[in-house]
Amino acid sequence: MLILGETMQRQRNNFFQQCLFALTGALMSGAALAVGDMPGGPNVLQTNLRPGVTRIAADQYWIHNFLLVVCLIIFVAVFGVMFYSIWAHRKSRGAKPADFHESTAVEIAWTIIPFLIVIGLSIPATRMVIEQKDTSQADLTIKAVGYQWKWGYEYLRGDAAGVTLLSTLTTPLSQMDGSEPMSETYLMEVDQPLVVPVNQKIRMVVTASDVIHAWMVPAFGVKQDAIPGFVRDTWFRAEKVGTYRGNCAELCGKNHSQMPIVVEVKSQEDFVKWAAAKKQEMMAQADDATKEWSLADLSERGHKVFTANCAACHQATGKGVAGAFPALDGSKVVLGKSDDQIALLLKGKQGTAMASFKQLSDVELAAVATYTRNAWSNKAEDNIVQPKEFTEARK
Amino acid sequence: MSAVLDHPAGHHDHAHDHPHGWRRWVYATNHKDIGTLYLWFSFIMLLSGGVLALTIRAELMRPGLQYVQPEFFNQLTTMHGLIMVFGAIMPAFVGFANWQIPMMIGASDMAFARMNNFSFWLMPPAALLLVGSFFSPGGATAAGWTLYAPLSVQMGVGMDMTIFAVHILGASSIMGSINIITTILNMRAPGMTLMKMPMFVWTWLITAYLLIAVMPVLAGAITMVLTDRHFGTSFFNAAGGGDPVMYQHIFWFFGHPEVYIMILPAFGIVSEIIPTFSRKQLFGYSSMVYATSSIAILSFIVWAHHMFTTGMPVTGQLFFMYATMLIAVPTGVKIFNWVATMWRGSMTFETPMLFAIGFIFVFTMGGLTGIILSVAPLDIQLHDTYYVVAHFHYVLVAGSLFALFAGTYYWIPKWTGHMYDESLGKFHFWASLITFNVTFFPMHFLGLAGMPRRYADYPMQFADFNMVASIGAFGFGLSQLIFLYAVLKCIRGGRKATPQVWENAQGLEWTLPSPAPFHTFETPPTVK
Repeated sequence: MLILGETMQRQRNNFFQQCLFALTGALMSGAALAVGDMPGGPNVLQTNLRPGVTRIAADQYWIHNFLLVVCLIIFVAVFGVMFYSIWAHRKSRGAKPADFHESTAVEIAWTIIPFLIVIGLSIPATRMVIEQKDTSQADLTIKAVGYQWKWGYEYLRGDAAGVTLLSTLTTPLSQMDGSEPMSETYLMEVDQPLVVPVNQKIRMVVTASDVIHAWMVPAFGVKQDAIPGFVRDTWFRAEKVGTYRGNCAELCGKNHSQMPIVVEVKSQEDFVKWAAAKKQEMMAQADDATKEWSLADLSERGHKVFTANCAACHQATGKGVAGAFPALDGSKVVLGKSDDQIALLLKGKQGTAMASFKQLSDVELAAVATYTRNAWSNKAEDNIVQPKEFTEARK
Repeated sequence: MSAVLDHPAGHHDHAHDHPHGWRRWVYATNHKDIGTLYLWFSFIMLLSGGVLALTIRAELMRPGLQYVQPEFFNQLTTMHGLIMVFGAIMPAFVGFANWQIPMMIGASDMAFARMNNFSFWLMPPAALLLVGSFFSPGGATAAGWTLYAPLSVQMGVGMDMTIFAVHILGASSIMGSINIITTILNMRAPGMTLMKMPMFVWTWLITAYLLIAVMPVLAGAITMVLTDRHFGTSFFNAAGGGDPVMYQHIFWFFGHPEVYIMILPAFGIVSEIIPTFSRKQLFGYSSMVYATSSIAILSFIVWAHHMFTTGMPVTGQLFFMYATMLIAVPTGVKIFNWVATMWRGSMTFETPMLFAIGFIFVFTMGGLTGIILSVAPLDIQLHDTYYVVAHFHYVLVAGSLFALFAGTYYWIPKWTGHMYDESLGKFHFWASLITFNVTFFPMHFLGLAGMPRRYADYPMQFADFNMVASIGAFGFGLSQLIFLYAVLKCIRGGRKATPQVWENAQGLEWTLPSPAPFHTFETPPTVK
């Protein structure tokens, strides 16, 4: 009892301490949660943009500061006049109302002057728009695909051409529900970051497979909506080696906040080395989709695929979320003929959150289908689906 | 003409011809009763939307998932937006229009009394559909208040309920607008030319035209979502030849004028209040009218500034950037005119004036962040972050809502016949102004640091400002209970209001007794 009381007391103290710290936050240097700045991500108590590591981000930083100064001058001028008037022209000070109510000269002046200010602002802005939209002459082209809720990358040209990555959040659930302390890169860490060479013009071709996402990295000054069925492009040239982080910026459903972007900028040599190693690794891992797999192997592999791709909606328990995401435990599709499940996995279901998963390999799809057919209380008659069935169905 | 119209004024006895009890409200055809219904309805919706907002802020108080799951969180943000825009702000202004326009132009009532009744009574069923969708399988729609396809195509039955609710609300708005336009154009007192109309009436006339122009566009967009969902069309599905971005173009063609629908009547209210408490005529009346019209026209050619990150061509980005920046000019004119009205006046600072000055001060901050956002290359950094959330709450809460409070305190003596409690009103003002800024100012920082909006959970580095914003939000929420109390107290009693209420207040509504009798201006007054 005593121990419990003490713990509660300590928790309460912590809470008040945190409130206090938060309230005086601007003065304290973020001691509130004893967390430091995130490398390549946001700083604690950050109050402005940062120059970033690309020319575009630096320009944005500059124009923001410039606009801030212009706005501040206008603000002080207008409200200087207003608050002077409030102080001087109040009835309690014996002010008698004047009776002017128009002045063509003044009215023309304060239409023209803001107009000129606006034109002044639009000149640097125009130059920047043109620069940002110029995706020509890229050294490297990478395709980014937004999925609910992860990013896929494919190197289209350059040293790493052919390399594909699937970039999934690594923050465990235990950190989100508070049962474990959060890491410094909480919600902005992934298993496979995008890797790019320094000082090279990288063209990002951005699209999505299900709903609209947005690929954003503040340090690069880049944000591009990922639109299913269409490709749009943007570019950046990172000038500093390091790791940079961003988020999905367009509401894309349940786990919108759980599909971060992590980009590792490497030196040219390191990038070439990484690309070579990655290609080798992919070759070694390439699954033989033509061979017959055993039930145990497929199920084991399928469990991993399920956790990474399916559990967000259908839940690790296979029970789904009532009304939103159907249960797979006891599902007719899962227990029925394998053809229906294969079609569903490849095509998705129009009008629901069930997207197509054709970006997964045949082995991965066969593994996950097999896993669901044997997991939980499921005992499907057709209890094993071989990769070649997917190969066949894709034709 | 007929003998009926020749009745001498004052000899009418209407006690027998309007119903009492619940029938008074359900069968209401009197503009004042319908105005009251609108105002109470919107206040209830304001509180409902506020409860959703506080749930959001409770979840966001600290990083991690504490109280709600992400799916439900998205439902909360979506419904908070829809309820506040369509349930609270818009109906509240219609309530003001109903109460004030006939009294301010010297008309006996609104032009179409029965349609007026219908346009109000469409709203409660729509509100029930919206709020009820929380209890449907899968919950309310979680696609954001903008209902972007294809995410909105994925939703459950709650989405369909929302679509129907918005259809109904749109029909109600269109009927209300037709009524307002007809009333203003045909029923003004003799001598009141268009350029002699009070500013509030002017702003509503322009707003009503905006509503008629854009509500059908919204209805079209969501109907296409509906048929994409259920009838196999592919308006927004690339696989079937559609385009998800087309939804955004259609939506924002509605959505940007909508922003001005929610702010122009607020400009009108402030333009009534500032001259009264400065004891000086409104400065630059005609330039105010022209500025309002220019804003309305420009509002139709700026929609894609909500879409700079969709990847428009250079020329598209430039056009929408320039057009958007241009809106700063007429908006600036309005602010300068208000300040010039105050200049060398003889000011007192009763609650309506405090809220009006608070409006100018805080709304201008929202206007300046609007200029920053209009700069397309910079918007790439700020789009869909908390900076945008801060910006539109500065213009919608500190703009529209503060103007609504200002208007309520300004006209409530006319409505109830009692003066409100001045100290309560001032307390409400200061509490709201301070907590509002504590809530929304830190959101600028969060946005600049890169925190995306509509996030149920966030990295720890954003924790401090989120905590400050949440504390402010609870303060702001509680402050509104002061308003409720002040209004109830004013209805129940208080110092008798004189007919003119405010020293030297100009306008036909102040020639009527307080409270304004059930029927007013059956014989139109003459305006010099």
